[in-house]
Amino acid sequence: MTIAAHPPGLSDVAPGRLDEASVSVNFADLHPPLARHEAKVEAERCYFCFDAPCQKACPTSIDIPLFIRQIAADNRYGAARTIFDANIMGGMCARVCPTETLCEEACVREAAEGKPVTIGLLQRYATDPAIAAGKSPYARGAPTGRRAAIVGAGPAGLACAHALAIAGIESTIFEAHPKAGGLNEYGIAAYKAIDGFAAKEAAFILSIGGIEVRYGAALGRDVKFDDLRRDYDAVFLGTGLGATNKLGLAREGELENVVDAVDYIARLRQAEDLTKLPVGRRVVVIGGGMTAIDIAVQSKKLGAQNVTIVYRRGADKMKASRFERELAQTSGVVIRTWARPVSLEGHGDALSGVVFEDTHERDGVLASPGSVFRIEADMLFTAIGQRGALDALDGAPIDVKDGRIVVDAERRTSLEGVWAGGDCVLGGEDLTVSAVEDGKQAARSIAAALGVARI
Amino acid sequence: MADLRTNFLGVKSPNPFWLASAPPTDRKVNVERAFRAGWGGVVWKTLGEAGPPIVNVSGARYGAIHGPDRRLIALNNIELITDRDLEINLQEIKEVKRAWRDRALIVSLMVPCDEDSWKAILARVEETDCDGVELNFGCPHGMSERGMGSAVGQVPEYVEMVARWCKAHTRMPVIVKLTPNITDIKNPARAAKNGGADAVSLINTINSIMAIDLDSMTPDVAIDGKGTHGGMCGPAVKPIALAMVAEIARDRECAGLPISAIGGITTWRDAAEFIALGAGTAQVCTAAMTYGFKIVEEMISGLSSFMDAKGYARIDDFRGRAVPSITDWQNLNLNFVVKAEIDQDLCIKCGRCHIVCEDTSHQAIFAHVNGKRRFVVNDAECVGCNLCALVCPVEGCITLVHKTAGVDPRTGLDYARPAANWTTHPNNPSVQKAAE
Ligand SMILES: Cc1cc2nc3c(=O)[nH]c(=O)nc-3n(C[C@H](O)[C@H](O)[C@H](O)COP(=O)(O)OP(=O)(O)OC[C@H]3O[C@@H](n4cnc5c(N)ncnc54)[C@H](O)[C@@H]3O)c2cc1C
Ligand SMILES: Cc1cc2nc3c(=O)[nH]c(=O)nc-3n(C[C@H](O)[C@H](O)[C@H](O)COP(=O)(O)O)c2cc1C
Ligand code: SF4
Ligand code: SF4
Ligand code: SF4
Repeated sequence: MTIAAHPPGLSDVAPGRLDEASVSVNFADLHPPLARHEAKVEAERCYFCFDAPCQKACPTSIDIPLFIRQIAADNRYGAARTIFDANIMGGMCARVCPTETLCEEACVREAAEGKPVTIGLLQRYATDPAIAAGKSPYARGAPTGRRAAIVGAGPAGLACAHALAIAGIESTIFEAHPKAGGLNEYGIAAYKAIDGFAAKEAAFILSIGGIEVRYGAALGRDVKFDDLRRDYDAVFLGTGLGATNKLGLAREGELENVVDAVDYIARLRQAEDLTKLPVGRRVVVIGGGMTAIDIAVQSKKLGAQNVTIVYRRGADKMKASRFERELAQTSGVVIRTWARPVSLEGHGDALSGVVFEDTHERDGVLASPGSVFRIEADMLFTAIGQRGALDALDGAPIDVKDGRIVVDAERRTSLEGVWAGGDCVLGGEDLTVSAVEDGKQAARSIAAALGVARI
Repeated sequence: MADLRTNFLGVKSPNPFWLASAPPTDRKVNVERAFRAGWGGVVWKTLGEAGPPIVNVSGARYGAIHGPDRRLIALNNIELITDRDLEINLQEIKEVKRAWRDRALIVSLMVPCDEDSWKAILARVEETDCDGVELNFGCPHGMSERGMGSAVGQVPEYVEMVARWCKAHTRMPVIVKLTPNITDIKNPARAAKNGGADAVSLINTINSIMAIDLDSMTPDVAIDGKGTHGGMCGPAVKPIALAMVAEIARDRECAGLPISAIGGITTWRDAAEFIALGAGTAQVCTAAMTYGFKIVEEMISGLSSFMDAKGYARIDDFRGRAVPSITDWQNLNLNFVVKAEIDQDLCIKCGRCHIVCEDTSHQAIFAHVNGKRRFVVNDAECVGCNLCALVCPVEGCITLVHKTAGVDPRTGLDYARPAANWTTHPNNPSVQKAAE
């Protein structure tokens, strides 16, 4: 998966398709923050529902009516506390949660008039100043002498560590990357968390104290699973999904400019200067989830001329929500449904086109009537799902299914003293907010198991 | 097209909408702009006696409370009576009246509580050819400290005395403007009538401090670190004004006393409600001070559409129509039973009806039916109090249905029972006594 620049005309992949000014406009905040008056007007729309449906729809069960009422009553800090009590990553969740399928979908005003209270924007309004202040509003609990090892400083690991710190359980996070945040830092679309927000939020969470992060320390490579189990009172695995699925087509691994979307986004997120990032003139994306949308939109924002997402089933089956699909379409991305790639075409070593066959579904089985078409492409992004990469567990006897760790309601694995959460566990939703909930629940269970007062 | 013309004490105006005595009527340019905008009449900003003009504060004189989206729901002021020279005011009044013959122009007055002062000012005002005077016995701040305004309005004997002086010294109609800062509004109203006043107008503003600034620890609107109570007006005071107007309208002793209604009138509907309680004209201040004079267009159009729809040709066709329906609690029919009913198609399942009934009323709304979120009234507990219908965010979703057939599961009594009220109720001690 190399990316190679080529002269226009052949396989056109080049950096700097747009000047710096256009790129910075394109990558500005997707949803600009609410100003005080807007926030208060919006907050007044909330009915303060009994047993609020929005709260039930939030994976972390934030007391939404309460925090919105606090905003309306000019108590922004109190609103932030209400959010953080349930979700210490309320700032990022406010930016990246697909609210249209979570809290806002459940809002009674969605049913009533198709205009839910904009819970996500209000949540951001409440949390922004607290995170900007850079200090967790919680006090670290008096040290209990108990210690936990956490693998992965993504949303799951950080949420777990913060909750453990409140309980007085010290933790060491082993993080393979040089930065904390997991996919917040390396995966989320750039325009959803601008101005280094992921790093600011990670610092805010870690500021509680009692959490040591060992950057560049990968489980399996630099540290052994059995050692962690021996040296710590509890182990929490929050390693996310390490590997991505492949198309399984000939020349997929060798043709230039056939690129894994997640890898490319990580590069994009870490790029100092987006105008130096090469992108194709004609881009094809294969997949139907959030990653497919994100790579398509970001390619467009970098200056790609034609961007086409090709998905093998109908739009209703895409994991990307309607809002996400419309975001792609209004950004100029074409979404083609009911087609799958059958072969890659090259010009020399570089990709030049993708051949697709039409598909349809017969009795739940995907089939093709036999017709094919070709899309000229300088660059192909694969975004067809991620898998767990659990080799780091060194074959420890942990129940695993479909490449994911099996956990119970408390996020306990089958192995005593080992908990897990986030994308790496089975049955999750692969969302930031669910990873946070997993981390929080696991911390509660760990504290209880270690005989530490309930948190 | 309904006829909105009014004749109040012989004073004619093209519509019942008058601007109340306040900043909007402080000077010729304002009043002429108001007349051009369509206002039927004005009560000129209160004049005081000749001599050095009144001095107002130079700090903020208004405060307010806001609803959602900064909608102003009440205004408060510490302004005094006019601070312009008496002679200029009189001259302008004369000019305006000459130019606007078809509009009502009443002059509000407040002078010290002695007969000579009133005699002197009335003679001067009469020279302007205005249509009448309104005695300001209502201002609750500032002037009351000097023995005027509400200091007079709160003592019925003074009200009567001053009204009598004024009637003795002028041929003009005399309206007495009442203060609401009193326990029983009927007393000053009766006093005004006994003193010979031609009409009452009400309400003036209500004593108020709008808020405390928790940073400076002073009233929200403070002047150099100090504040004082002001007078509150605007939409929030309308219910108080309605109650007071109703009290006078149904008082036997005040029978026939014309009323000019004031207090929170913001739309045609507010005005129509006061007219239904017998008011002859509707005076407006805060609404104009919130939106400017143009609002009168909505008032005129709204009132006339309403009258057309109802088939009222003239204002008098519906004036006072609601008065007979207002009575004392003891006369209410205690056998009239209503129960709340929820329209499940309109319900958006916010659960507010349930929780307010559960926490603060009669535990009469189920939140679940067969394990599903569904809000249903339990007739066995519902007392028909109306709270749920009021808090429901969906208009018309909860209605109170009059029950006429069957048995009330709450009381075990038939729904259909002859009307009966407290005066004959067996639990009433005086009824028990009579029976003994
Ligand atoms: C492109 C993309 C866009 C997305 N957009 C959204 C979105 O808009 N909204 C949303 O809610 N969700 C989104 N998601 C999903 C969301 O990012 C994840 O669900 C969430 O980050 C999962 O958190 P986690 O803590 O389980 O894992 P991760 O965020 O993946 O964090 C895992 C961490 O563990 C570290 N790690 C892994 N293996 C090891 C090891 N062996 N040793 C040490 N450290 C290790 C990793 O370096 C990483 O820091 C998106 C995902 C992708 C890929
Ligand atoms: C439905 C209702 C019934 C009330 N009944 C009484 C009462 O019986 N006795 C009393 O002293 N106050 C009664 N009050 C007045 C309240 O105690 C309180 O003084 C008033 O509502 C003002 O407070 P609030 O507007 O801040 O709620 C009642 C208020 C309401 C709304
Ligand atoms: S469902 Fe909507 S209206 Fe009800 S509490 Fe939640 S945000 Fe407010
Ligand atoms: S309303 Fe006019 S007079 Fe009053 S403060 Fe504002 S600008 Fe000044
Ligand atoms: S308050 Fe109204 S909308 Fe809300 S649950 Fe009750 S009936 Fe339904």
